[in-house]
Formats: sequence, structure tokens, C-alpha cells
Amino acid sequence: MGVIGQNEMLFLLQGLKWTLLLSAIGFIGGGIIGLVIALARTSAHSALRKTAAGYISIFQGTPLLMQLFVVYYGIGLLGFSIEAWVAVAIAFTLHASAFLGEIWRGGIQAIPKGQTEAANALGLHYVSRMKDVVLPQALKISLPATVGFLVQLIKGTSLAAIVGFIELARAGQIVSNQTYRPLLIFGIVGAIYFIICWPLSLYGGRLENRMAKAAR
Amino acid sequence: MPHAADTRSPLLSMEAVDKWYGAFHALKNINLKVRKGEKIVLCGPSGSGKSTLIRCINALEKIEKGTIMVEGTKLDDSGKSIDAVRREVGMVFQSFNLFPHMTILENCTLAPMRVRGTNKTDAEKIARKYLERVRILDQADKYPAQLSGGQQQRVAIARALCMEPKAMLFDEPTSALDPEMVKEVLDTMIGLARDGMTMICVTHEMGFARQVADRVIFMASGEIIEEAPPETFFRNPSHPRTQAFLGEILAHH
Repeated sequence: MGVIGQNEMLFLLQGLKWTLLLSAIGFIGGGIIGLVIALARTSAHSALRKTAAGYISIFQGTPLLMQLFVVYYGIGLLGFSIEAWVAVAIAFTLHASAFLGEIWRGGIQAIPKGQTEAANALGLHYVSRMKDVVLPQALKISLPATVGFLVQLIKGTSLAAIVGFIELARAGQIVSNQTYRPLLIFGIVGAIYFIICWPLSLYGGRLENRMAKAAR
Repeated sequence: MPHAADTRSPLLSMEAVDKWYGAFHALKNINLKVRKGEKIVLCGPSGSGKSTLIRCINALEKIEKGTIMVEGTKLDDSGKSIDAVRREVGMVFQSFNLFPHMTILENCTLAPMRVRGTNKTDAEKIARKYLERVRILDQADKYPAQLSGGQQQRVAIARALCMEPKAMLFDEPTSALDPEMVKEVLDTMIGLARDGMTMICVTHEMGFARQVADRVIFMASGEIIEEAPPETFFRNPSHPRTQAFLGEILAHH
């Protein structure tokens, strides 16, 4: 059995860096597109609503793993050669946008109709009505679910290993193969995921409690 | 004086207006003219269409037939006419509908800044003026949830006034309030009426109607049944449905 030295730990941290980067890209990119999806989903135009609903059901109804394959090999088949991390970043962005879009759709629809009516009566247009009145309230009530999804996304990045992307889980596998100490290595890898995800979950839970209290 | 006012064109008019919700005929052949400075009280049993009527005036509800004119603008489906009307007509709702994530001051400055393009300093100046007028300036930096219902409704009135509208619509402004808070809101409305604001109020506050209304309009089943100055309306209502309604509502007072 090999030793777990500085090099091995550095290699794991390198993987961690990619895990965090991928999560951040997926979350930010997914957040931007997700906002568009949520707005389309709650739009007054039925064509937009239906398109957004279709988009959401495709990404919610298929495994993330399959979405990764389709984007990775699909882009290759189209004749573009892109690096694995770009393909993976696109796949995660699309995946996250569908889920965040649906979470925020719920938030937008939970805002009382009177808010929109008051904004309308004051003469506010769509952009201001959304940006100033509806979205700040909708995103706030969606925050616990959004944080919950972020935790799912961070853990989900481990699936990127399947297309050869070396993130934390894959880095762990490589180190484990070299050192023959799978229990220790995956223990460390698991602990790292936990240290990142657990505080987020706690935070999400606390947000939810605080809102439940405020609603009483 | 009423004769002199009659010669002016109305600030607001509804002509042969009909509205349906699916098969339900919500407004039937509504004709109403409101002159500048006039105060109208709309009353009637629930479901009689009085809220629907005033919500049509600022295009919160669409009408199927007829014409609505506000300050020379004919309300149609175009965003332009809707914008023009909403700029001139303020509205106060039964459930206040303040924006909970904004301070009282921000509630009042949002529309002037976004709709009229007023800069922040001027918008705050206007907001303070109207918050002062509804006697709530000292709460300007609080959030709506920190205020009582009566205070919130007064802020809602100030918020509408900040757009400096030519007319104000009140949709049962005191119905959601605890009894002890009704008076402060009515007093604010009476003050507004004295300053010459054109007002259409849906309310069951008959004392208010007696005190400020130029005309009281009684609606039932989507129709205007009777329309009269308050003295005549309360003392000598002509239609049996008005008599029945007044009998019921005044028995509680």
C-alpha cells in the first residue's frame, strides 16, 4: 500500500478545484438561463410558456448522466472538437437552468396577485414589475430550494468523471488506484464533499425556518 | 355650482360598458360620467360589480363592449392608452398591496422614478410630502409589516398620490381593517376629498358617503340601479332594491 503524501493530497485538491469551478459555472450559467426559463414559464404568451415547460420536462425527466453523454458526444458528432470541461460545463448549465427555472417559477407564482395589480395600477411596466416587485420576493422565498439544488449540483458534478473529466471524485479514484487505499481515500473525498455541502444544507434549513417563522 | 360644472367635459366617462367573465355578465350597460373634483361613492351587495367597474377604469380588467375615456384618452388594448390612463388614475386596494420588501419611502418613490423618470432626490421629496399629508412621515424608513393595517392603508394612499394622479379609485379601502383603524383611513380620504381630488370609492361606509359624496351610486347584478345625491339617496331611495339594501346595511349602524 502506498503512502498518502503531499502529492496525492495536491492531486485531490486539484480535483476539488474543478468540482467547485464546475459547480460555479453550472450554478451561475444555469441561474442566468434559469431566470429566462422561469420568466418564459410565467409569461402571458402561451407559446413561451409551453416551450419553457417542454424544456423543463426534458431535463427533469432524463438522467444527468445521459445529458452529459448527449452534450459531450453530440457536440463531437456535430464536428466540433471541444474540451471535456467545456462540454461538461454546457451540460451542467442546461441541467441547472431547467431545475432553477422550475424552482423560481414556483416562487414567482407564489407572489400574491395583488402585488402585480398594485404595480400595474401604478403604471409600472413588465421589466420594472419583475425586477423591482416580483423577482426580489420570488427569489427570496425560493432561496431554501435554490440552496438545496446547489448541494445536489455540487454532488452531481461527480458524474462528469464519466466523460473523462478529472474532478474530485475521479481524482479520488485515480489516487486510490495508485495507492491501493480506497477506504482512506474515499473517506477523505467524502469528507471534503461533506464539508462543502453540509454547511450549505444547514444554511438552507435555517433560511427555511426563518421564513416559516416570518410567515406566522 | 353643479350647473357650471356640468358644461365641462367629464374627466372620466364610461359609455355602454359591458363585461363578461365567461358566461357571467359582470357589468351591464354601464354609463357613468365623473367631472373633475367630483366624489362618487359606489355601493351595493357583494358580487354586484362595483369593484369590477372601478377596476375597468384603470384597465386591471378588460371590457368587452363600450367606451371608457379618461382625460380625453380612449382606453383600448394598446399599451399606450393603458399607460396614459394609469398615469392619471391612482388606486387603493382593499388589501393595501404594499411592496413588503421595500421601505415605506421606497414604496412611494418606485413608480415616480420608473414611470415618470423622476430622479431619486425629487421622488423622495414628493414621497415625504405625501407621507406627511397622510401623517405617517415618521415611519418612512420602516417596512410595511412593521405598520398597523390603518397605517399601511394610509401609506398605500400616499403611494398612489406620489404619481400625482388626477383621479383616485378606492376599492373597499377599509374593509380589511380592524374597526378602530377605519377612522384614520376615512379621515385621510375626507381630507383628500376636501382638497378637491376626483374620487370614486367603493365602500360600505355610509357615514363617509353622506359626508363627502356628490353622488351615491347603487349597483346590483352588474347594473347601476340608482344614482342620487346622498341626501336623496339615503332619505328617499326610489328603487325597491336600494331600499332593501339600505335597510339591511343601516340596520347594523
